[in-house]
Amino acid sequence: MIQTSRLSVEIGPHEILRGIDLALPPGQITGLVGESGSGKSMAALAIMGLLPDGMRTEGRVDLDGRNLLELSERDLCRIRGKRIGMIFQEPMTALNPLMTIGDQVAEVLRIHQGLDRKAAQERARDRLDRVGLTAPRFPLTLYPHELSGGQRQRVAIALAIALRPDLLIADEPTTALDVTTQAKILDLLKALVRDEGMALLLITHDLAVVAGIADRVAVMQHGTIVEEGPTEQVFRQQRHPYTRALFAASTHQPRLVLPRAEPRPLLQVEGAVREYPLPRRSLGEARGSLRAVDGVGFRIEAGESVGLVGESGCGKSTLTRAILGLDPLQGGRILLDGQEIRAGRAMPAGLRAKMQVVFQDPFGSFDPRWRVERLVAEPFHLTGLPRDWREQVAEALYEVGIAGDAMRRHIHEFSGGQRQRIAIARALIIKPRLIVLDEAVSALDVRVRAQVLDLLAGLRVSHGLAYLFISHDLSVVRQITDRVMIMEKGRIVETGPTHKVMDAPEHPYTQSLLAATPRIPVDWHVHEQVSRVALSTPAP
Amino acid sequence: MRASLILGTLLSGLALAAALASFVWTPADVTQLAIAQKLLPPSGQHWLGTDHFGRDMLSMIMVGARTSIAVALVAVGIGMGFGVPLGLLAAARSGGWLDEVVMRGNDLVFAFPSLVIAILITAVLGPSALNAIIAIGIFNIPVFARVTRGGALPIWTLDYIRAAQVAGKGAGRISIQHILPNIANLLIVQGTIQFSLGILAEAGLSYVGLGAQPPTPSWGRMLAEAQTMVALAPHVAIIPGLAIVVTVLGLNLLGDGLRDALDPRLRRSP
Repeated sequence: MIQTSRLSVEIGPHEILRGIDLALPPGQITGLVGESGSGKSMAALAIMGLLPDGMRTEGRVDLDGRNLLELSERDLCRIRGKRIGMIFQEPMTALNPLMTIGDQVAEVLRIHQGLDRKAAQERARDRLDRVGLTAPRFPLTLYPHELSGGQRQRVAIALAIALRPDLLIADEPTTALDVTTQAKILDLLKALVRDEGMALLLITHDLAVVAGIADRVAVMQHGTIVEEGPTEQVFRQQRHPYTRALFAASTHQPRLVLPRAEPRPLLQVEGAVREYPLPRRSLGEARGSLRAVDGVGFRIEAGESVGLVGESGCGKSTLTRAILGLDPLQGGRILLDGQEIRAGRAMPAGLRAKMQVVFQDPFGSFDPRWRVERLVAEPFHLTGLPRDWREQVAEALYEVGIAGDAMRRHIHEFSGGQRQRIAIARALIIKPRLIVLDEAVSALDVRVRAQVLDLLAGLRVSHGLAYLFISHDLSVVRQITDRVMIMEKGRIVETGPTHKVMDAPEHPYTQSLLAATPRIPVDWHVHEQVSRVALSTPAP
Repeated sequence: MRASLILGTLLSGLALAAALASFVWTPADVTQLAIAQKLLPPSGQHWLGTDHFGRDMLSMIMVGARTSIAVALVAVGIGMGFGVPLGLLAAARSGGWLDEVVMRGNDLVFAFPSLVIAILITAVLGPSALNAIIAIGIFNIPVFARVTRGGALPIWTLDYIRAAQVAGKGAGRISIQHILPNIANLLIVQGTIQFSLGILAEAGLSYVGLGAQPPTPSWGRMLAEAQTMVALAPHVAIIPGLAIVVTVLGLNLLGDGLRDALDPRLRRSP
C-alpha cells in the first residue's frame, strides 16, 4: 500500500502542495479532482519522484514502509514502472512512434525482469490481450500511428501495467478521447483494478467521471486537499464550500433564452458534400476518396442556438470549415442570410462580416506578438477600420468582462478563461448575426466554463445572436442550445429540440453517445443555494 | 545571458569595429608600397608586421574586413530578399503546384556544389567583388526559402490564422501580418549563420583570385599571396587566417546564442 503523509512541495518561496495525506489501498480507485493549477498533477509527480529540478519536498511517501522521498534516483528507477505505473492524458506523445507496440511493452519487461526477447514478447502479447488489443487484429508489429487515440491509450495502459504495479497513476487518461472511447477505457481501468488488485489514482477535472468509477475522492484546491472521503458521501454532503462551488458549476444552467416568435432562416445548409482524396495504395490504382461530409442539410433561424454534436472524425470540423468559407464544397450549397457562402476571396466581405468564430484552444487562437487591441480589432478588416475603433474594442472587452487596461497587453498575460472572453470580444466586434463556437468551452475549467456559458447566454439576448455550438460534449450542449443535431460519419443522424433528443433519443448512435456520457447520479445532487462568494472569479 | 551569446557578440563585434574604424583611420595607407620594409615581423611600429610589399598588415586586415562584411551582408540580403518571399509563398500555397515549383527549384539550386558554381559565375562574369556577391547571394536564396517555409507551415495550422481568414484576410496579408513576425527569430538566427558562411565563401573566392581585385585588400587574397612566404614569414599567413577564424567563430557563436535566446521552445519556462 502506498501512502503519502504531510507531503509538501515548494519551489522557491511558493508552496505548490501543502500537507497532502492520501492513502491508496490496493483494489481501490481514488479520484483526485480539482481545477487546473490546483496541484493534482504535481501530487502525482511527487509520488513518482519525477518533480522538476529545484523543487523541495517534505513529508513522506511510504511504500512498504520505505520513504520514497529519501531514495536515490537509482532506486527510484527500479520502483517506477515496477511498483508504480503511470499513464498520461495525451496518448499521441506517450508512445515512441518508431517502435512497434509489441517492442515497447516488451522493452519494459526486458529491462525490469531481464526476460529474453521471446519470453518478453509473449508476456507483451498477454498484456495487450488484457487491455483489449487482442490477436490477430492487433499484432505486436503494429506501430502507434496505425492505431486510434483510444487504442493508443490502451497500449499506454498495457505499458503501465506490464509489471503488475501496486499503484497505477492515471493523469486525465480520458480527457483527449471521445465519450464512447472514454467509457470503454474507464471500464477497462475498473476491471484492471478489480482483477489485479492494483490501487488506482485517477486524476481528473471531471466530477462525473469520478462519480462513476471512484471508491474514494479527494478534492484539491490551491495545493491542499480540502475534502476527502467515500465518493458518494463527499458528493452528497459537499461539506467544503469549494466542493459545492465545483458541483454547482458542473451542473450550472445559464439563463433561459426564448427563441423569436417568427422564425427567419439565417444559415441554410443544403446537401453539403465534401470529399478528400485518399492516398493511392499503388501506382496503377485509381484514387479513392473519403466523404467527410455526406449530404448534410439543416438550417439555423436568426437568434437561435443550435448544437452540432459528434465524435472526432465525424466530419463536424470539415463542415465548420465550409460554413466559415474556408474550404469549398464539392456538392450542395450553404446560404447565410440568403447569400451563398464561397470559399476564399470569392466570398464578399459584407457577407463574411455576418459571421464570426470562437475556437477551442485559448492558446492557439491569438497571435502571440500582437497586442489585445489589435487582436480584437482584426475583424474590422471586413468592414473597414472605423475612426473610433479603440472605443469599440474597449466596449467589446467591457461586454465580455475584461478590464480596459487589457488593451495594450499581450495575450500571454491572460488566463485561459480570460483568453476565451477576448476571443468572444473579437467575434462580437463587428456585430455579426451568427457566431460559430467550435468547442469553445471544452478547454476550460468547470467554474470558468459556467461563467463563459452565462456570458454567451447574456450576449445572445442583448445582441440577438445565433450560435452554432460545435462540441463532442453533450452536457455542455444541453446547457446552451435550443436544438441539437447529432452527426455520425458525415451525416446528421438525429435532430430535434435539445431536451427531447437528450431525454428520448431515437437513433441508436445518439443512444450510445448518451449512455457513454458520464454523469453524476441525480439523487446525489444537493439542492441548495450556492453562496455567491464561492462562485466569484478563481484566484490566479 | 549565455556565454556563447556574449563571446559571439564580442568576436563578431571586433570584426565590425575594425571595418568601421578603417573608414576614418588606419595605422598606414594600404596602397602605399614600401618594398624596403617587406615581411617585417610584428613590432612597435607595425603591430602585425608587414607583407611582401611592405604594407602594414593591421591596416590590410582592417580594410579587408570591410570587403568581407560588405560581401557577406549583401549576399545575405539577396538570400533573404528573394528566399523569404518565396518561402512564404510556398507555405501559403502548401501542397499546391506553386509550392512544388518553388521547392523543386530550390532542390535544383541545392543540388549544385555552391562554391564550384560560384567560381563558374565569377569566371564567366569576370572576377570582382560584385560578382562574388551575386554568386554567394544566389546560393543563399534556397536556404532562406526552406527555413521560411519550414517555420511558416506549423503556424498556418494555428487557430489565429483561421481567425484571420474568417476576418477576410488573404494569404498575402496573413503572411506579412502574422507569419513573418512569428518566424523572425528563425530568420535572424539563420541570417547570422549565413553571414558567417558568406565571409568564408568570399575568402574562398578571393583565395582563388575571383573575389575583390587588387589593390582592394581581401582576407582570402592575403592568404593566397602569403602562401609562398609561409616558411620565410609565417605571420603573413597566420594573421589573415586568424582574422577569418575569429570572425566566423564569433558569428557562429552569436547565431547559437541568438537561437537559444530567441527561441521560446528552448527557453526555460520562468
